[in-house]
Amino acid sequence: MTPEVLSLSNAPALWAAAMLAKILVAFSVLMGIVAYATWVERKVIGRMQTRLGPTMTGPKGLLQPIADGIKLFFKEDIIPNEASKFAFVLAPMMILAPALISMAVIPFGNAYEFTFQGVTYLVPLQITDLNIGVLFIMAMAGLGVYGIVLAGLASNSKYSLLGGIRASAQMISYELAAGLSIIAIFMLSETLSLSGIVAAQQQPLWGITAFPSWMHNWYIFSQPLAFGLFVVGSMAEINRTPFDLPEAETELVSGFCTEYSSMKYALFFMAEYANMVTISAISATLFLGGWDGPFPGVINFLIKVFGFMFFFIWIRATFPRLRYDQLMQMGWKVMLPLAIGNIVLTAVAVLLWQ
Amino acid sequence: MLSILFYLFATVAVFSAFYVTKSRSPVNSALWLVTTFICLAALYIMLDAPFMAAIQIMVYAGAIMVLIIFVIMLLNLGTAVKKRYTHALVWGGAMSVLMLFVTNFLIRRGVPTGKLGDVTTQTIQSYGHTELIGKAMFTDFLLPFEIASILLLVAIVGAVILSKREV
Repeated sequence: MTPEVLSLSNAPALWAAAMLAKILVAFSVLMGIVAYATWVERKVIGRMQTRLGPTMTGPKGLLQPIADGIKLFFKEDIIPNEASKFAFVLAPMMILAPALISMAVIPFGNAYEFTFQGVTYLVPLQITDLNIGVLFIMAMAGLGVYGIVLAGLASNSKYSLLGGIRASAQMISYELAAGLSIIAIFMLSETLSLSGIVAAQQQPLWGITAFPSWMHNWYIFSQPLAFGLFVVGSMAEINRTPFDLPEAETELVSGFCTEYSSMKYALFFMAEYANMVTISAISATLFLGGWDGPFPGVINFLIKVFGFMFFFIWIRATFPRLRYDQLMQMGWKVMLPLAIGNIVLTAVAVLLWQ
Repeated sequence: MLSILFYLFATVAVFSAFYVTKSRSPVNSALWLVTTFICLAALYIMLDAPFMAAIQIMVYAGAIMVLIIFVIMLLNLGTAVKKRYTHALVWGGAMSVLMLFVTNFLIRRGVPTGKLGDVTTQTIQSYGHTELIGKAMFTDFLLPFEIASILLLVAIVGAVILSKREV
């Protein structure tokens, strides 16, 4: 008997239960990764700078994220007198929410098969398969900037405002390059759905069947330029270190989150790491074949995500911060023309060979 | 279910559109406008137009409004208060009542419910909304599309020339 895809129409109760389970698991795994990414970051950067990183709390400092969380939770929550209260409280939520929502469309494994009352169902390991998945992710990335802008404006402090202005300029410029580099991907895959893109990457490499069957058509091999542009562009979009001018602590105290304290400050931190996980997951899905690979689906996917996270941390430990004019110059004069050129090249190639 | 959601989003959209004009600080106006855009995107999804919804959020909420807020921040209007204008109130009110009547007439004359023509909900679901828009744009409406892109190119060139320093 062929298994049927579990949907709202053929088994509503089961579908709802599966959906809830998927959301809960994805959310808690994401939160776990976010918590321990802070520990890994401190450890790895410590090692790279010949320090030890956290060692005191628990074995190898493993309880450090929990200690940090408890500390931040019990700190006094200060809202400045001159701040606009509503926007001040809203900003940390608005920066965290888009990062979490983006995870909803990312496929993290092969379809899971189970039998219930004699019927075999297929459950796709993806919270929802939108047929505009890529556009949805780009839209959510675009909304992420509001949290930072609001934080900068609502704090009513000059450092926050400067941080907010820098952030909005930077995010607009780099979103463009990152978005345009994805266009080349869906010219090849001919679909906007992320599970469709993963399926397209399981074809033989470059469409040549003479290669051994384990060589799959991951888009990093046909679109290396787009891959580079996307990773650099998204790193700038989520304000990771070579591009962390919005919170450059040597010039702006702490940028847009200067006035924040307690759990609100913790939310900004969580948003930064959640964004990092999301960007890693998106890059893995678009360019490295998603859950495709030698191990069971979810494990491949996690390996790729952790690889990207390590890469981001590594970059943070090695690169100095860019100057602001260099940042803008790179965004508009280097990355944007490269992305557009890549689209033209891909279009010609698709016309010639497909 | 769908009509409950429709009334929810429509109410929020109208409410926030009202506050775009009522709110005193320009930043708050901008944020209310973003709320309106997001509600409109939700309405697009209910009309089986997910591509339009994504583009609505990406372009309007994600790019244009961010630029507007950026300009507001640069001009430091955040603390400035808009003056109260009353001279346009009467004519503006008359105009909107007139528009309401015209819309009402147009809706009552035709058949507003149901989708007419080749494109039905089934076609959209089997063929895909993005594909349909792409096909229409690059076959039936190629000339308007090209004219629009040339218009945009002219605007870009104009912006570059206006902001360019002497070489």
